[in-house]
Amino acid sequence: MRKSALIMLVLLFSIPALLFAAGEQELEEGKTLEIFSWWTAGGEAEGLQALIDVFNEKYPEIEVVNATVAGGAGTNAKAVLATRMQGGNPPDAFQVHAGHELIDTWVVSDYMEPVTFVLEDNGWLDVFPEDVIDIISYQGEVYSIPVNIHRSNVMWYNADILNEYGLSVPDSMDEFFEAAEELQKNGVTALALGDTNTWPATHLLASVILASTGPEKYKGLWEGTVDWSDSDVKEALENYAKMMDYVNSDHAALTNMDAAGYVAEGKAAMNVMGDWVAGYYMSQGYTQGEEWDWAPSPGTAGNFIMLSDSFGLTKNAPNRENVVKWLEVCASKEGQDAFNPIKGSIPARTDSDRSKYNSYQLAAMDDFSSDFIVPSLAHGSAVSEAWLTKINDVMSVFTTELDVDKAMKEFQSLAERYAPANK
Amino acid sequence: MYSPKKEIQKGLIVVLPMIAVLFIFVYGFIFWSLRVSFSAWDGILPNMKFMGLSNYKTLFASQRFQTDLFNTFYFTLFFMGTCIIGGFILSYLLFSKLKGEAVFRTIYLFPLSLSFVVTGVLWRWVLSPEVGVNALFRMMGFPAEFGWFTSTESIAEFNLAVISLIIAASWQYLGYTMAMFLAGLRSIPDQIIESAKIDGAGEFRIIWNILIPMVKPITFSAMIVLGHISLKIFDLAYAMTGKGPAFVTDFPGLFMFETTFRGNNYAEGAAISIVMLLLVALVIIPYLYSIFRGEEV
Amino acid sequence: MREVDWSKVIKYILAVVFVLMFLFPMYVLFNTSLKPFSEVRISEMWLLAQSPSLEGFLESFQKLRPNMINSFLLVIPVSFFSIFLGSINGYMFSKWKFKYSNLIFALIIFGMFIPYQSILIPLVQVLNKFGLYGTLRGLILTHIIYGLPISTLMFRNYYAKLPDELLEAGMLDGLGIWGVFRRLIVPVSAPATVVVLIWQFTSVWNDFLFAVAITQKPSIQPITVALQNLAGSQVIEWNVQMAGALIAALPTLFVYIFLGRFFIKGLLAGSVKG
Repeated sequence: MRKSALIMLVLLFSIPALLFAAGEQELEEGKTLEIFSWWTAGGEAEGLQALIDVFNEKYPEIEVVNATVAGGAGTNAKAVLATRMQGGNPPDAFQVHAGHELIDTWVVSDYMEPVTFVLEDNGWLDVFPEDVIDIISYQGEVYSIPVNIHRSNVMWYNADILNEYGLSVPDSMDEFFEAAEELQKNGVTALALGDTNTWPATHLLASVILASTGPEKYKGLWEGTVDWSDSDVKEALENYAKMMDYVNSDHAALTNMDAAGYVAEGKAAMNVMGDWVAGYYMSQGYTQGEEWDWAPSPGTAGNFIMLSDSFGLTKNAPNRENVVKWLEVCASKEGQDAFNPIKGSIPARTDSDRSKYNSYQLAAMDDFSSDFIVPSLAHGSAVSEAWLTKINDVMSVFTTELDVDKAMKEFQSLAERYAPANK
Repeated sequence: MYSPKKEIQKGLIVVLPMIAVLFIFVYGFIFWSLRVSFSAWDGILPNMKFMGLSNYKTLFASQRFQTDLFNTFYFTLFFMGTCIIGGFILSYLLFSKLKGEAVFRTIYLFPLSLSFVVTGVLWRWVLSPEVGVNALFRMMGFPAEFGWFTSTESIAEFNLAVISLIIAASWQYLGYTMAMFLAGLRSIPDQIIESAKIDGAGEFRIIWNILIPMVKPITFSAMIVLGHISLKIFDLAYAMTGKGPAFVTDFPGLFMFETTFRGNNYAEGAAISIVMLLLVALVIIPYLYSIFRGEEV
Repeated sequence: MREVDWSKVIKYILAVVFVLMFLFPMYVLFNTSLKPFSEVRISEMWLLAQSPSLEGFLESFQKLRPNMINSFLLVIPVSFFSIFLGSINGYMFSKWKFKYSNLIFALIIFGMFIPYQSILIPLVQVLNKFGLYGTLRGLILTHIIYGLPISTLMFRNYYAKLPDELLEAGMLDGLGIWGVFRRLIVPVSAPATVVVLIWQFTSVWNDFLFAVAITQKPSIQPITVALQNLAGSQVIEWNVQMAGALIAALPTLFVYIFLGRFFIKGLLAGSVKG
């Protein structure tokens, strides 16, 4: 009979479905370590593996479970993380941007243990720049160990194009606009932007703000001690609006990597983006000094906008002792020198083995040890995720409407709502 | 002799638990969402402090939501219009007993079997400003500068980028209205049309004065179904355009998802979802009421 | 000499024009998915593939295969339970009048129309509490519950057309309410069963909102979410994406092509006609 055949067929399939979806593997207590991240591809995955290898060399008896969640540039992973934390099933250690992304999401809500002792016990507090310790701390305690440092205020430019029009690399916003005018006159797109995901616009804004305000006021904006109506800030917003005159017309359809590609391909002269672009250019075979080169974004020389991936210690981590060991490896010279050369970033420590790094990285490391270090806006260091989401919304409109007063008012009311000084 | 009452009891024992679960998952949850929409929950940890209507006030004052509402209005208007007018035209073509009708019908209907995600991915490519239809027009010699879904132009708050979504959604649903109208046209008694022809009525007269009025109920029910689909649009926007620059292709469904599951702002998400529910209810409840009133008689 | 029926000619032309409009995106879909990577870089979408290759298909199939399996694991139990439970409910509401039955039925049907966003937050919370969040089981359960209204409606409309005498005869023979169902109603339920099967198969296969909200781990996600992730990745390989879209669409396309009759029936029954 028709129906019973159907029933058989369905049961046949339902049973494996229900069994197969039966749930997470049971992990042996004490002998394992679960590392949760979204480093699933390319240099990131390899770098993580290198770090794990260093760990396993020291502690071969501990099984490292590399729990990654792909997709959405971390949004999937963040959603899984949130559910697990809320459901009382936290991973041992998870990847998170150092700074307010961690602090305002997990530290303030009491999900993390302080890890100052990891640095203290090993005498490493002095090896990390003071500004970095500032960024990773909350109320005097350190809450995450930064594994890498990326620089956000970098301008990539096509050296061939600038040479062709006799332009020197812009050192200030004024010089930038002069160069942009000249390029535009000759039919060349001055600035490449790829803001289909909105955050690259925020990323650009951070550099533009820094150029006008300098590091102290920049930090003040995110602490809530500086108003958005400040004349320097206003100047920065006006600069940003003016920059949009020189941007590629299809910016709303491009991703940040597409825009970076435009520079190397000769379709645009300059692009402001984080220094993961260097690795991208090298992997594509472009030549430094010809198709690409870099400089601090106009007006920000002497300053280093940093973002960092880090790991913390979750309260009630199933294997707490192992997490502490992991954090020590992350903070150690060995660990950082294993991870960063592969990932394309630079170590947070100031005493690394320079022989392992390429030319860009060495230059960045020099700047890192001498520059003013400030937290990145677009990548979770300077502000909480909730604040950043709203900032991105404002940027989406600002980039299109170019209404400086409106943006200023909106940024100000967001700061009043979210800034630490105002809480 | 059987006693209906006892039998019904036996029936209800089986059926009611299921319905109870359904009602909890529908009405219970709606009520729960309502509660969250009145709360201050905007982070990882729940915060059920009662905030009254303040979330709604903030929402309606926000540029993003206002844009969403306009987008929804124009999308609904043109999506319904295109599907109804286009669907009627298609159904009339098939009604005219063309040869190969089955082939035509199959082709017009197949997009309906697709997911909005597939449609979205496909049309994102087709309408991509640099390499899509614009490239085709340029190849043929026409200037093609329209940014499609990246366009930030608008006329009377109608964001032209929404046109891209209207095209994709209509492509998918034209077959639906066509099928509905075709069934309706076929159920019109032949004599009416025949006698009109004998009276000398031309084709357009027949369409205008007889066919269209007679399929009014179908037009109406199609509007309801299409309307409720467009009010909750999410999959298509997510897959095809995202929220767009300055929210030109943003919709409440998309906004709700982003703010809840990416921004962890549950209270705001809940408020948006209740507004969506109210909009849909405005359309569906009168419709359901009229259906059931009819049945009771 | 035969008179040319101009109106027919115009109609044919119109019909063909529409066909072209409907099919040209499919041309893009097939054409792009058959291109090798090299040809896709050179934004020449409209040119016919110079050296057709299956690269796109192979890569996207490799990436999407686990998700396709997930979709099947999802759709089959849901369809089964929708048929089973929907027929029981439909039977109850079509043949047995009890107090408030019309009101309850209307409330059930309204459940079909609500935007799922308005129950999404509590749903996720409840699933999490029961450890079902992020699991395929949780998604299956969700679809079964929210599929009840439409399957109830379809069965109810179908059973309403069955003669009441059938019921009376069964009762007189001493079969109880469920005896009648098992012995008399179920054997003639095939048409409605097929319609519900097709409808649920396609809607659950094509669902995106529940899938993307409830499952995050790529290994659990159904194919709609996987396709969207594929399309949203950094470096966009159009041929892989188009091939992926085609692969994701194939099962429902098949259902449509081979069971088209029932598909349409389901469509029409899905809109409440009263």
